Amino acid sequence: MEELDYNIVEEAAKQLYIKALCDLPPDVREALKKAYARETNPAARSVFEAMFKAIDIADSKKTLLCQDTGLPIYKVRIGSQYAWNGAKIKKALYEGAKRATQEFPFRSSSTHTITRLNPQTSVGPGLPVTYFDFTEDSDELDILMVPKGSGSENMSKMQMFYPQHGIKAVKKFILDTVIESGANPCPPGIIGVGLGGTADLVMKLAKDAITRPVGQRHPDPMIAAMEVELEEAINATGRGPMGLGGDVSCLAVHIEYAYTHITQNPVAVNTQCWPARRARAIITPAGNVTYGF
Amino acid sequence: MSKVHHLTSPFSESVIRSLHAGDIVYFDGPLFGIRDLTQIHIFDKGNRPPVSLEGMPCIHTAPSLRRVGDKWEKICVGTTTSTRMDRFTPGLIGEYGVRAIIGKGGLYQGSLEAMKKYGAVYLAIVGGAAALETEQIEEVEAVYFEELHPEALYRFRVKNFGPLTVAMDSHGVHLYEQVGEKIKEKLPEIYAKLGVL
Repeated sequence: MEELDYNIVEEAAKQLYIKALCDLPPDVREALKKAYARETNPAARSVFEAMFKAIDIADSKKTLLCQDTGLPIYKVRIGSQYAWNGAKIKKALYEGAKRATQEFPFRSSSTHTITRLNPQTSVGPGLPVTYFDFTEDSDELDILMVPKGSGSENMSKMQMFYPQHGIKAVKKFILDTVIESGANPCPPGIIGVGLGGTADLVMKLAKDAITRPVGQRHPDPMIAAMEVELEEAINATGRGPMGLGGDVSCLAVHIEYAYTHITQNPVAVNTQCWPARRARAIITPAGNVTYGF
Repeated sequence: MSKVHHLTSPFSESVIRSLHAGDIVYFDGPLFGIRDLTQIHIFDKGNRPPVSLEGMPCIHTAPSLRRVGDKWEKICVGTTTSTRMDRFTPGLIGEYGVRAIIGKGGLYQGSLEAMKKYGAVYLAIVGGAAALETEQIEEVEAVYFEELHPEALYRFRVKNFGPLTVAMDSHGVHLYEQVGEKIKEKLPEIYAKLGVL
């Protein structure tokens, strides 16, 4: 078995960060268009029109849609029909994120959490955030890149409810969290929800939820129904685009769940702003790279 | 019914008083960029800006600029959340004559009072749309307190800058609070429908 050139992975990691910042996924564009079509508030409509203009400019000038370059997150799925070197993949992601920042160049939003020193590389201890998963039936390397902006990330919240509180408390918590975030997370975005698991897993599930393409429902009908119910409740608030009032307050609610402990009932909310940015690369063992979302 | 206004900066008090919450504004002319450090430098450390801000709009930003010779070129200019900088706003309006604060997320009651007293407004921009903002900035005309870059004091020249929503006006109307009040009124019904009461 021939060894892959990990420079290809590094180059893909670089291109993915840039692509994610400049090229909004088609499902998000579509969701914004549908939202605009049902928005009746004139001021809210002008907010949507500005969003579309910004998207057009980012497309035509190959420039950043939003100035917040976010914290870089890479979710990697490694196929098992080919030998991949995990440590080399991790190193390539680190170098790719750093090169994107310095070679594009764009602002690094990553800083030391105590000294607040920003070396303008987007990387450092713990960054980029990397997740690895493995799949049986593929020989490909699948890399999903998400730059996570701060206006929305700062609104994240989790709560360890008890079983006696039931799903009622969970639903109320989700709605209240969205209401409290107000205009800060640049609505209307994707409301990511995690249910179950452990304290760390529940937030990871909420983060997974924001990366699901808008328009896709959870395969479990019970969860899908809950997504619809919460979307309706959030849109009924009238918070509107950028929190200035209107019919559309979120593009979608996405829920991911896991089994949990018999004494636990955890919930987490992780919001994604309207520029719900992500980009994907599929790398074959021969080193061919296909970019998408 | 909300109106659309096409204005030129600097603004007079009467023009600002004619704006009402919910109106849409576009403008041409000078625009000053400020952020946390700029205002700490002015208000906490007592450094007067070396340029008049009388009648001017100020935007909450930290621009990505590139220096080419003695000129500054724009790379990406976007807007940051305003609430962090609320405490400086009455000073900008009362002491320096600023007539419009541009940002996202809004400001608090003290700022609203100053807007009412002196004649100023808060204009909400569309967050996340930095590509559009950058396009509407024609030139970086000057950078003051340069050592604070990217949180210096910037003088941009803008063309058809907007759309901006009048979110706090000089008549004491606070759009974000109005929206919040309406949500409170509707909430019992929304909770009931969701079955969480």
